[in-house]
Amino acid sequence: MAAVTPLLSTRGLSRSFGGLKAVREVDFALPEGQIRAIIGPNGAGKTTFVSLVCGRILPSSGTVVFDGRDVSRLPAHKRVRAGIAYTFQITSIFSNLTVFDNVALAAQRHLLDDRQARPTARALEEEGMAALEKTGLADFAEKRAGNLAYGHQRLLEVAMGLALKPRLLILDEPTQGLSDGEIDSFVALVREIGREATVLLIEHNMDVVMALAERITVMDQGRILAEGTPEEIRADKAVQQAYLGG
Amino acid sequence: MTNVKSLWLHAAVILLLFALNFLLPEYHRGIFSRVMVLAVFAMGYNLAFGYTGLLSLGHAMFFAAGLYGAGLTIYHLGWSVWPALGAGLLAGTLLALVVGFLALRTTGVAFMIVTLMFAQVFYLTTLYFTTYTRGEEGLVLPQAMRSLALPGASFSLTDPATRYMAALALLTIVLGLVLILVRSPYGRALIAIRENEERMRMLGYDVFANKLASVVISGLICAAAGAAYAVLFGYVGSGFASIQYSILPLLWVLLGGAATTLGPLIGTLFMFYIIDTASDYTTAYLLVVGLALILLILYFPKGIAGTVRERWLPWLP
Repeated sequence: MAAVTPLLSTRGLSRSFGGLKAVREVDFALPEGQIRAIIGPNGAGKTTFVSLVCGRILPSSGTVVFDGRDVSRLPAHKRVRAGIAYTFQITSIFSNLTVFDNVALAAQRHLLDDRQARPTARALEEEGMAALEKTGLADFAEKRAGNLAYGHQRLLEVAMGLALKPRLLILDEPTQGLSDGEIDSFVALVREIGREATVLLIEHNMDVVMALAERITVMDQGRILAEGTPEEIRADKAVQQAYLGG
Repeated sequence: MTNVKSLWLHAAVILLLFALNFLLPEYHRGIFSRVMVLAVFAMGYNLAFGYTGLLSLGHAMFFAAGLYGAGLTIYHLGWSVWPALGAGLLAGTLLALVVGFLALRTTGVAFMIVTLMFAQVFYLTTLYFTTYTRGEEGLVLPQAMRSLALPGASFSLTDPATRYMAALALLTIVLGLVLILVRSPYGRALIAIRENEERMRMLGYDVFANKLASVVISGLICAAAGAAYAVLFGYVGSGFASIQYSILPLLWVLLGGAATTLGPLIGTLFMFYIIDTASDYTTAYLLVVGLALILLILYFPKGIAGTVRERWLPWLP
């Protein structure tokens, strides 16, 4: 069996904050096209781990390889341009700008890097509106982003991620604070995104995880505790103990 | 549509200023010439402060770099006006590049302090080289040196009408440049950096490089104002490098409306006339100025153009 080079892999990735080892020696591989969920109790190091991947924080040791290239020392903005998009756990949008401007900023970045394209008003309009339509926000394009309902702000985060046309989209607890109805349409959206991009999802809502993830990685105390299909994880005794507090 | 409206508005402002050359009495025409040049200074400041959110307390150094770059080359080296203006622009741009590169490692209050310090260094340097600059007393450029060569003719910048038109030409160019800039994708990126720097980084923008570019363009515009001031008004003194001239553009921009294209012009004009009018009646004119500022903050908290945009004309750039 030929080994397929994963889109993202980490080797011995560690990060400590003072005495606290938030992420320890994590070896992780994510093949292209997969929807992967990372679960684990609070403080397990999930957000720190994806922050190391997208470059918001730098590792104490270890490497991150994306698309065959070592990106461990690359600043965050260069990793984004290499194709890693991150949506914030705590909603981080441009509240004072219009919804359209929010996605246009993302589309503009990827258009600037695309040699064939140019960030003309028309191209921005097309790409920006496409991202808004996918997330169902097209009707709010001219509204001030800060005036959107909370659920819509979460969607705008995702729309900005989409407008970057990433190869890997990292979603950090995207359904936090959403209503049941909103969660259903969110699951459908992520499934849709999963057709074009690889998705790495941190999520606490197990229904969402079970509905979306092809594979699940369980983290606990900065380490990877288990990894497998949703069925395997559900049956895993160690996971039940750590995560379900059994 | 909004694009067309804003273009018409800016064209109308320029046309109005053009017409005022023929309508204003001599005294007021002089004030307007000065205001237009200083408004360009304020526009440069506004790009860094208003649009990019960089509160600098040292922009006097960029204005003064332009002023001295043009003034010293004319006075000591006998350069003619065009190359002297070029020297002024170059001096201001290089200074902005170096200062920006160092100061932008800091943010917030530290950035204010660092820019203030650099400006103080610049100010003290102009005093240190008193042999060449004559310090506070300054240099008066000889009238004969201040003539602008254009294809086919040469104009003396000491003539009030020529001076007014030269100031207006500079204002028009810079206003046009700023208008294009802030409506471009780059301008949108600067505003977004002001709003949420961390998000911009995670959208793949090199925040430092964008800020540096903003400071350099801002410095270039301020230096253009300084260089123009030297050749139009023929006076070059270190007073222009002092802290007062770092605070004034901040005040003009806040008065007129930060992050608006026309705000700096409105603010500068307004401030000049409050002082001018008040000092006709009382020696305690600063009291009147202070009162006017307080009233403005109360009723126009976002500056004149900023509040107009917020309440009535959302399409204002």
